[in-house]
Order: sequence, then C-alpha cells, then structure tokens
Amino acid sequence: MNLEEYKGVYIFAQQVDNEISSIAFELLGKAKDLAKDLNTEVTAVLIGSGVKGLADQLAEYGADKVIVVDDPELKDYRTEPYAHALSSVIEKYKPEIMLVGATAIGRDLGPRVSARVATGLTADCTVLEIGDFPLQAVPGQEQLHNQLLMTRPAFGGNTIATIACPYNRPQMATVRPGVMQKIAPVKGAKAVVEEFNPGFTPDNKYVEILDIVKAVTETVDIMDAKILVSGGRGVGSPENFKILEDLAEVLGGTVSCSRAVVDSGWKPKDLQVGQTGKTVRPNVYFAIGISGAIQHVAGMEESDIIIAINKDADAPIFDVADYGVVGDLNKIVPKLTEALKAEIAAAK
Amino acid sequence: MKIVVCIKQVPDTKGGVKFNPDGTLDRGAMLTIMNPDDKAGLEAALRLKDQYGAEVTVVTMGLPKAEEVLREAMAMGADKGILVTDRVLGGADTWATSTTLAGAIRNLDYDIIITGRQAIDGDTAQVGPQISEHLGIPVISYAQNIKIEGDSVIVERQFEDRYHVLKAKMPCLITALSELNEPRYMTPGGIFDAYKKEITVWGRADLKDVDDANLGLQGSPTKIAKASDKVRKGAGEKVTLDPDESVSYIVDKLKVKHVI
Repeated sequence: MNLEEYKGVYIFAQQVDNEISSIAFELLGKAKDLAKDLNTEVTAVLIGSGVKGLADQLAEYGADKVIVVDDPELKDYRTEPYAHALSSVIEKYKPEIMLVGATAIGRDLGPRVSARVATGLTADCTVLEIGDFPLQAVPGQEQLHNQLLMTRPAFGGNTIATIACPYNRPQMATVRPGVMQKIAPVKGAKAVVEEFNPGFTPDNKYVEILDIVKAVTETVDIMDAKILVSGGRGVGSPENFKILEDLAEVLGGTVSCSRAVVDSGWKPKDLQVGQTGKTVRPNVYFAIGISGAIQHVAGMEESDIIIAINKDADAPIFDVADYGVVGDLNKIVPKLTEALKAEIAAAK
Repeated sequence: MKIVVCIKQVPDTKGGVKFNPDGTLDRGAMLTIMNPDDKAGLEAALRLKDQYGAEVTVVTMGLPKAEEVLREAMAMGADKGILVTDRVLGGADTWATSTTLAGAIRNLDYDIIITGRQAIDGDTAQVGPQISEHLGIPVISYAQNIKIEGDSVIVERQFEDRYHVLKAKMPCLITALSELNEPRYMTPGGIFDAYKKEITVWGRADLKDVDDANLGLQGSPTKIAKASDKVRKGAGEKVTLDPDESVSYIVDKLKVKHVI
C-alpha cells in the first residue's frame, strides 16, 4: 500500500428516505477542520437511489466535491450493496480519511467496508484531530506527521483512548452523532458533483427487505433540543413526569430521561440520554432525580450548563453539575415552573 | 442446523472500574462476566435449538481464563466450546480479532453465526460485521427477532426510528442486542454436565487461511497512541436550601446565564 497515493478527507453522507441525516452535516463540519490542517479538500460520498438532487445541500454544509453512487439497488439501506458502493469509491478515489456516522447504519457499514478494503476502523469517536504518531518522538521509531488521531471513550465511558491508523489507508472512523459541530450553511454554495456506479450484481450477500416498519413518534429529537429536562428513577413514576413536562414547556424545552426510566417502561428509548442512548449537548440540561451513572454522564457532560436536583447529596451527578441543588424534586420542580412562568411573563 | 455463537469474557463495568496507579485498567481486580449482548446471542441460539433443533457451538478468543464463559455457556445449554488462545493473538484490534475468529470458524460447519452487537469493554460493534466480511456471508446487525424459514432466516433489524424485516439465505451472521431476550439461567444439571464436556483449545496453528501479518498486536492496523482515565470537568456548586430558596437559586443562575 503506497500511503502517499491517498488524499483528501471523505465522509459518508448518510441519507434515509432521500433525506440527508444530521450526522452527515456534522461530519462535514469536522471534515472541513481536518482538511484545512491537511491542506486538502472535503468530499461527500452520497449513496442511494434518486439522490443526486441532495448534493447541493452537502455543498452548503461544506463539501467541496460530492461523489454520487445512484442505483435502484440502493433504495433502502442494505449492508451489501452499500458496502460495495462505499468500498468501490475508496478503491477508485483513495481517500486519506474516511468518516462515517456511528449510527445504526454506519456501525454496520463501517466495519464491513473496513474489512473489505483492509484498513483499521476506530469506533464511536468523540474527538478527531491531526497530529503525530507516536505523540512524542520515540528513539528508534519514525514519528509520522499529519496522522488522524481518533479519540473515543471505552469501558462504558470510564477511560478514553486515542487511536491512530499509521500504516494503512484510509484512516477510518465512525463518529458519535451529536458531538461534532455543523457549520452555518452557506446558501447557494456549489460542489463539484461526480457520478460513479461500480455496478451491482445481487449475490448470496444481498438480503431481501420484506417490510419496513417505522416507529410512530411525535416527540422532538432530543439531540436537537436547546433545553432538556431530563428525569431519572428518582422521579418515581411515569405519571410524575408531568412536573418535568410542565417545566420543559415553560422554557420551550424537551423532556428526556435516563436508562433506568426506559428500562422501567416509563419512557420510550428515543428519549434516553447516555452511552447506550443518545449524546446530547443542549444549552441547559436539567438532571432531575438522576443519580449520574458514568454511562449517563457520558451522554450529557458536554452540555453548556448542567443543573442537577437530587435528594442524595452524594449522587455522582453533582460531580458534573455546574449548579447542584440537594433537595426534594417534588417540592422544588413545580415551584420552579411557577417562578419561571412569572419571570418570563414579567420580562415580556 | 448448526449454530456458532461468538462470546467474550469482559470486565463488569457496571460494578465500578478499578485502575492501577499508572492509570491503566486493573483487570485483575474486576469481576468478569459473559458480555451481555453475547449472552443474548447465545440465548437466541438456544431458543432456535429448542424450536427447530440445532447444535450450538460457542467460540471465544481470549486468555486461558476465558474458558469460564465457555463453561457458563455450556451450562446454559450450548453443546460444544472452543477456546482460541495463543500469545501471538494478544493485543488484537477488531480487524485482527475478526480475522482470528474467522480463521477458527472456517474449521466448523455452520448455518448461522451469532455474535453480540458489541462488547461492554470496547463498545465497537465491529467484530461481528467484520467476521461476516472475512467469510463472505451476509450480515444482519442489531437483530431484535429471529425466525427460520426453509433455507433462510427472517430477522427484524433495528434502526433508530424503524425496523426492517430482512430475509437472508443461510449461512449468515446475525448480531444480537441485549434487548433481544432475557437469557436463561444455568441449571444445576447443566453446570454438572458442562464440566464433563470437553473444551477444544485452538492456537495459531489451528486457524485456517489466515496470514500472520493480520494477527495480534502487530497485525492490528489501529494503534493506541494514548489511553487514560477520563478527565471530567470538575464539580460546580452544590447547595442545600429549602425549596423556595432552591427555586430562587436556580432562577438566578438561569438569569445570569441569559437563559431567561
């Protein structure tokens, strides 16, 4: 493998039902930073059926170039045709870096592609930067520059590791949704669009989709919320989440929850914050009746302001809270809602 | 029908994590368990065995001590256990691990391979799909329901906002979620039998069609540049006040930060 041949920062521009997923824009935001450090370009790889029209959106969020693989076999996500499409793009265009979202699609596609093109893949990264490997020069070992350094939590968020992929290309990572920042879209921006079709011949690896069952949900995606009012087991009952909903409503926020609440069947899984739920970074995160297990903290510690209310003064949530209040949530939360209502009314 | 289940012995991160003075994980001081997603995969295999009849072989790669999870799996009802252990396999990343396991599985007959979605120590979810790629068979990740129909499996495959009902020809690989089922307990008779059954131990020489260049620490494309205990932002303020004062305190902070 001649590593010098590999150039450019590429992202997999995930789309579902011909709508680009938020993670694609997040990846473009990070890819622009990396490309700047490497003095190279950002390319989005758009895979699907009838998706060419989405290229302009990718340009607005920072893609210099869009490679479109468009084929009827790619209508809905299936591992094999998508893996064939993305690995064919890698083999033809030879990217230096290939970023994929750590979504239910990306965490299936990424490993399959990395095994096919024989390179390393670092999962669920939360920090990506360009640097040296080894980090410090070691006698007798060549220190390589301009490497992708991929940082990720492991052991349920207890440790963090920084990984490099020094001798294989592309350097591949899946990136945790909700962590990287999108850029403000540049209206009217255009990218160079190139179509590429490697040909799709169904074989034993093609699975058949018999049915697609969409979950019916009316809730806002908690990853997009600016204010989250999050409840844990301490809320006590599904009915008692009403006091959290009232608080969220006054602030124009959204209710989310901890894993214990989902496990008890009080709230659906798509509202769960944490290692096995979603990573959120709202402006304000209320942790109410949440003890703050490390797996929960891993999903919310990047919030701008964390306010915790818990009756247990030793709860670990207070170790990450900016403002911690030891007390009974049943007494405090309804009064807080009323007080905020009055404040907001007075300010108008 | 023949089913191969890949399982891993992992430190139990739920019971708290212990560190050596140098900041590395003190694995010796932590309890080990069968990885929860793998246990769900094993349970799924045992249910297929109950329903359709099957021979279930569990495979693990690890230190000799990993025999413990094979015994546990056999006490739950698995028929055979294979331990893949060799010094040259140590330090493997997901690429080298999946290469190793694929090399072991090539020696076996199988209709279905089941792995857990991910292990709680690494959380990568990569090894299952990578094994399927090395073996050239279809993969269905994130399975929430598995049925057999003729020469195919019908699986509900979970996504964030939907699931797909997929049909794949066997042989295929399925990755299981711990939400898939409630794993059964070991039975006393099962535990007794599990210790009578023999465990097959394979080393490097037993792996089929693998290149030394793709094994162990040396064969791992990803390299650890740095590992450390997570540095968290420090605690902020903590107050204990009566409810009215608590409310004023929070309202003041929201004002200072221009939230309201």
